[in-house]
Amino acid sequence: MGFLSEDLKQKILACLPRFPNKQAVTLPALHLVQDELRCVPLEAMREIAAMLDLSPAEVHDTMSFYGFFRDEQHPLGKTRLWMCRSLACSLLGAEELLDHACKKLNVKPGGTSADGKITVEFAECIGGCEGAPCALINDEHRMNLTTEKVEALLAELRQ
Amino acid sequence: MPEYEPVLLRRVGRPNSQSIDTYRADGGYRALEKAVAQLTPEQVVDQVKASGLRGRGGAGFPTGLKWTFLPKNHPGPIYLAVNGDESEPCTFNNRVLLEEDPHQFLEGVILAAYATRAWVAYIYLRYEYGRCYRTLEKAVAEAYAQGLLGRDILGKGFHLDVHLARGAGAYICGEETGLLESLEGKRAWPRVKPPFPAVEGAFRKPTVVNNIETLACVTHIIDRGVDWFKSMGVPPDPKNPRDPGSYGPKLYNISGHVNKPGTVELPLGVTVRELIDKYGGGVWKGRKAKGAIPGGISMGIMTEAEFDTPLDFNGPGKVGCLGLGTGAVTVFDEQTSIADVLYNITRFFSHESCGQCTPCREGTGWMMKMADRIRRGDGRLEDLKILEEIGNAIGIMPGTTICGLADGAGWPVKNAIKKFRPEFESLIRAGTKSTSLQLVSAH
Repeated sequence: MGFLSEDLKQKILACLPRFPNKQAVTLPALHLVQDELRCVPLEAMREIAAMLDLSPAEVHDTMSFYGFFRDEQHPLGKTRLWMCRSLACSLLGAEELLDHACKKLNVKPGGTSADGKITVEFAECIGGCEGAPCALINDEHRMNLTTEKVEALLAELRQ
Repeated sequence: MPEYEPVLLRRVGRPNSQSIDTYRADGGYRALEKAVAQLTPEQVVDQVKASGLRGRGGAGFPTGLKWTFLPKNHPGPIYLAVNGDESEPCTFNNRVLLEEDPHQFLEGVILAAYATRAWVAYIYLRYEYGRCYRTLEKAVAEAYAQGLLGRDILGKGFHLDVHLARGAGAYICGEETGLLESLEGKRAWPRVKPPFPAVEGAFRKPTVVNNIETLACVTHIIDRGVDWFKSMGVPPDPKNPRDPGSYGPKLYNISGHVNKPGTVELPLGVTVRELIDKYGGGVWKGRKAKGAIPGGISMGIMTEAEFDTPLDFNGPGKVGCLGLGTGAVTVFDEQTSIADVLYNITRFFSHESCGQCTPCREGTGWMMKMADRIRRGDGRLEDLKILEEIGNAIGIMPGTTICGLADGAGWPVKNAIKKFRPEFESLIRAGTKSTSLQLVSAH
């Protein structure tokens, strides 16, 4: 074993005292791994499983349920740009903004720009409706987007 | 009605409103000090019961009553699981509460734990609320540092640990047993009930699941008293012996085609029209509204003619909507095609169905495909009948699914077709193609 760094393993083990069983550390572990590696490779799932006394299939079952986690064939770019497409945002032009961002980056939703800087995804309601249309940069909201603001945002994230 | 002075939102926008020092300077943690000094846990439960507080997350179950379902004299552990997965489309009131005033909520958590004898509280937050997470993480650390969490709180021999848990972008985690499964590290498939969480919840132990706004209300019920809470809202409907009334303040979200979207706190029972005109700055561009969703998209759709409906726990049901839901109103104007609205809503549920129950997994997918067909100008009149049939067939109410996601998926479809049938029929007859862009390939 040696796929996950010692530091990452220690961070995962540090979550154990919060819960009465080891399986509950699955989601925190998946988050920690994806934050660092931008995806959750199979080998990482095997190591998480060993640490938590689970079958790798149990970790994979959880990981693959949440569309949020990426496998090693589809790693995230440096930044995940999550553009809302639900009702409040859509009424104010969110689909056009998503389309615009995808064209600018030459990707489809879910894809990563060739320079690896930005993964653009659609999001279902991210709870920023008073600032619709909105998006998340990783987990921080950007509100009241316009075509110009999206272009500026893409430029900022590509630096 | 005299101008209402906000309570839950009273500290929003004040400098450093998130810090424990400003919170205490504004009278914060007074309710907790009072409760542990003067009230037994049972008395706290009784006060919350007497206040008539009903859950703010959507279902409106009486909070105090929920607490009494815990087994008596249980050796423990008992868990408190806070549902901060606020994912209902168009809803953001919990986000505002956590980002602006985390201690008001945290005080409610500690009070609820004291009342229910919970040793551990898990606060489950949707991943998308990163700022909430970081704000709350800091607030929890401050509370530990001041002896308001941990061992022997306020020297009264009562212990509580609070842990934060983050979701991973799945709507179903807002369903209380889906949340518990996710907390346990599994896919968030809702559980068959009973057993209810109060009997067998997180880690198979008795668990109370409460919403963030609900717990923020608990703080003020203990601080300001039951009479204060009951002085506002809508009393029980005398014609409905099962109605416990709709008391207290509520956060309402206003979004969509209005001039001034935002969050407003009002006594339960404001009408949609008042929200739009008085608090939302009216419909944008001087247009008229065509309709609105009354409390998150799961609650269905109201037509403009139904806007005088009060948003209490009973009001929306009187015009065929599912309920109050989250109190999140999203308005669409007269130029919006109902086909686009329906498509957007069905696409959401098709994407977010967890896949456990076949009627929901398949039904939401087919509803989206038919709504898309209508939107593209390729709809058939019989599609409307099939859509209604699916809408009626999926959910807890018809008895075909484990959780209520499907009821919420079917409701707006049924409402849309019943209330906007002439528009659908004319769109279908004319083969009208929607002009708005929708990235179907993005599904």
